[in-house]
Amino acid sequence: MTTQVAVTNALEVSELRVHTLAGSPVLKGVSYAIAPGEVLALVGESGSGKTTAGLAALGHFRRGLAPAGGAVTASPRDGEPVDVLGLGERERRALRGHTLAYVPQDPALSLNPALRIGRQIAEVLEAHGYGASGEERAARVAEVLGEVGLPADENYQRRYPHQLSGGQQQRVGIAMAFACRPSVVVLDEPTTGLDVTTQTLVLRTVAALTAEHGVAALYITHDLAVVSAIADRVAVMRGGEIVECGAAEEVLRRPAHAYTRELVDAVPDLDGGGGLPEPDGDTETLRVTGLSVSYGEHRVLRDVSLTVHSGECLLLLGESGSGKTTLSRCVAGLNEHHTGTVELAGTALAPSTRRRTAEELRAVQYVFQSPYSSLNPRRTIAQSVEVPLEMLTELPKAARRERVAETLDRVRLSRTLAGRLPDQLSGGERQRAAIARALVTTPKVLLCDEVTSALDVSVQATIIDLLCELRAELGTAMVFVTHNIALARHVADRIAVLRGGEIVETGPVGDVLSAPRHEYTRELLANTPRM
Amino acid sequence: MSRLIVRRLLVSLAVLWLVTLLVFVATLLLPGDPVRAILGQQATPERIAALRAQLDLDAPVWERYLNWLGGVVTGDLGTSTATQGPVNDLLGDRIGASLVLLVAAAVLSTLVGLALGTWSALRRGRAADHTVSGISLVIAALPEFVIGVALIVLLSTTVFPLLPSVTLAPPGEPVWSQPSQLVLPVLTLALVVTPYITRMMRATMSEVLDSGYVEMARLKGIPEKTVLLRHALPHAIGPVAQVIALQLAWLAGGVVVVEFLFRYPGVGQALIDAVNNRDVEVVQAITLLIAAVYIVVNLLADIVGILTNPKLRTEVTR
Repeated sequence: MTTQVAVTNALEVSELRVHTLAGSPVLKGVSYAIAPGEVLALVGESGSGKTTAGLAALGHFRRGLAPAGGAVTASPRDGEPVDVLGLGERERRALRGHTLAYVPQDPALSLNPALRIGRQIAEVLEAHGYGASGEERAARVAEVLGEVGLPADENYQRRYPHQLSGGQQQRVGIAMAFACRPSVVVLDEPTTGLDVTTQTLVLRTVAALTAEHGVAALYITHDLAVVSAIADRVAVMRGGEIVECGAAEEVLRRPAHAYTRELVDAVPDLDGGGGLPEPDGDTETLRVTGLSVSYGEHRVLRDVSLTVHSGECLLLLGESGSGKTTLSRCVAGLNEHHTGTVELAGTALAPSTRRRTAEELRAVQYVFQSPYSSLNPRRTIAQSVEVPLEMLTELPKAARRERVAETLDRVRLSRTLAGRLPDQLSGGERQRAAIARALVTTPKVLLCDEVTSALDVSVQATIIDLLCELRAELGTAMVFVTHNIALARHVADRIAVLRGGEIVETGPVGDVLSAPRHEYTRELLANTPRM
Repeated sequence: MSRLIVRRLLVSLAVLWLVTLLVFVATLLLPGDPVRAILGQQATPERIAALRAQLDLDAPVWERYLNWLGGVVTGDLGTSTATQGPVNDLLGDRIGASLVLLVAAAVLSTLVGLALGTWSALRRGRAADHTVSGISLVIAALPEFVIGVALIVLLSTTVFPLLPSVTLAPPGEPVWSQPSQLVLPVLTLALVVTPYITRMMRATMSEVLDSGYVEMARLKGIPEKTVLLRHALPHAIGPVAQVIALQLAWLAGGVVVVEFLFRYPGVGQALIDAVNNRDVEVVQAITLLIAAVYIVVNLLADIVGILTNPKLRTEVTR
């Protein structure tokens, strides 16, 4: 570990070990230190123990976990350093929210849905006896709401969490953490699930607050691009250990550890990519004309038209609520309540899968966002992949088996995994299985709906490579639905930008990225963090 | 929110009206002639005809239904064929007596159930939790008359002869004049429903205690008691209210068996007597009463559900 000047650090964690109650290690001696006003990013993939390490800073361990050695030393603004783990429950509680604050990953789950937001902020102040009177606390609530860029008026404070947008909810979470002027704030992936524009706002708020008030921040994330936007130093975690720690610039530019290098290489970059296979022909495979969908008054899609050629990949870009999933579901026949036409190689498709022929169903296949919920947990991988063949082809059993094995090879899923159930597989392996299930009928059009957003970056990179290869090999037309513009050069030939149910810009990837015509595309590009 | 509640209220009224229809039709279909039941086998045709006229049995069905419904709405439940007195007088005291039993059992089981469930959830996986789960499962498996008999054996006969096993108050004197005679019936009813409330509360509370907002409240340094009362409990109450409502509704019917067991002068006893005597008016009145309890209790549960869910509460303002 790097040496730190002990006296000035707001938080010091040394040789922290955490075990499950059954005794298997989760953290194997983690050490880090943060000085006031400094942002340390804790980076790692899911399961690396970064959330456990962050919560341990507050002396909190989730159900089934217990500390097994090491020390956490926190320095309050107005007092001597204390050993958090050595304290009793009551003293720890006095530190939490006051000296040590936490910003949760998903504010939608972490704000109490039944309490008004003003109340939830005031509650922290009351618990720690902040201010002499109710008026003073009310003034602080209004002040801290202003600091995170939210309206501070009485009316706004009387809102419930569900009446706010995701970005506003997260800023309420941040206001709650900064209300008592803590000396340490642990932020646990606070921007995951927010769109890039909101993410930029939240990152700016965090940076301003930590710098202004001299707060030491531990920023937990899996997104290295975010790290370069906010962190002073980075600690990279893997399997419960910190494998590399140093200045952010240094670690990201010249990673010393092999694992860090792997992570850095896996991050999709707006400028990177290249070397994509050229689309082989100009046979028009998919044409969507004048597609509109309304739910009551609310229009989800307005007059959307697009084409995809064989062997071509169209990146359908949009933020949550832009209608991108609705569009792909219409193409797949999973949403029949639309007007407009979907044509496959010149023939119009029925709006519902129930009225499409087996051949048409084989030709359009769908890969869903979460491989955790899209595979039947009671069927083995081989059984799941065989289902489309059973339903849509006349192939005899032996031929089906052979086709399944071939397809599993094609997505590079070992045959030994074929007999396993989904929960015995990792996220990346499951998504490969889901891709195999879509490819087993050799579709002409493959719809990939946010297929990498539930996966870690390094897994995302392998899945994207796989999809590019398969497209080149099979000449499948692909629609890659995503919110992440950074993936563009890595997967797609053309981009269609969807906003509020309308396509606002479309064109070849290079043209759109280098010379965006629509203001919204420019805004997206400006807000996408780069390494 | 008020629109939502008014809508629920109207639905409840409609259901209650349907129940009056069903009750009336069902008593029409009952075998046996009330006139014969009153006058016996030796009655002369003249007397039968006279009584039929007096009871209005010759009028068309819909007219009789409307007359009866009009009476029910204005609070007049008709005349008992067996005692020839107004049903209102017959049931007045008994409704009071049963209500005492029901309310006492409901309050006791709800409080104990919620407290025990919460306590169990806080000690999840420990010995206390397993003990509560085990005992509540055993009690839940026993029917009410077994529990009643066991309590009588235990508390009023051989083991600890502390409490009266039957109701001793003379007719006319209110049952609560001797509180000791209420203990066993209330305890029996409470023991029947408490296990369900406890188990449901434990399950809901466990889920709530694992939620992000409870963890967040703890990480804000909020005292544990406040975490429990302000952040956890309100979210557990909504789903549990539905189960409590079902149990209270069951109490309204279960009271029949328990009252019979303890010779308790409530509506349950009255219902059994009325069925034996072919006392159609009284059977109708009591059935309607029990149905009304079901509906009111479920309505209350829905309102609790609406009040504890801010999404529903703020629906109108959005």
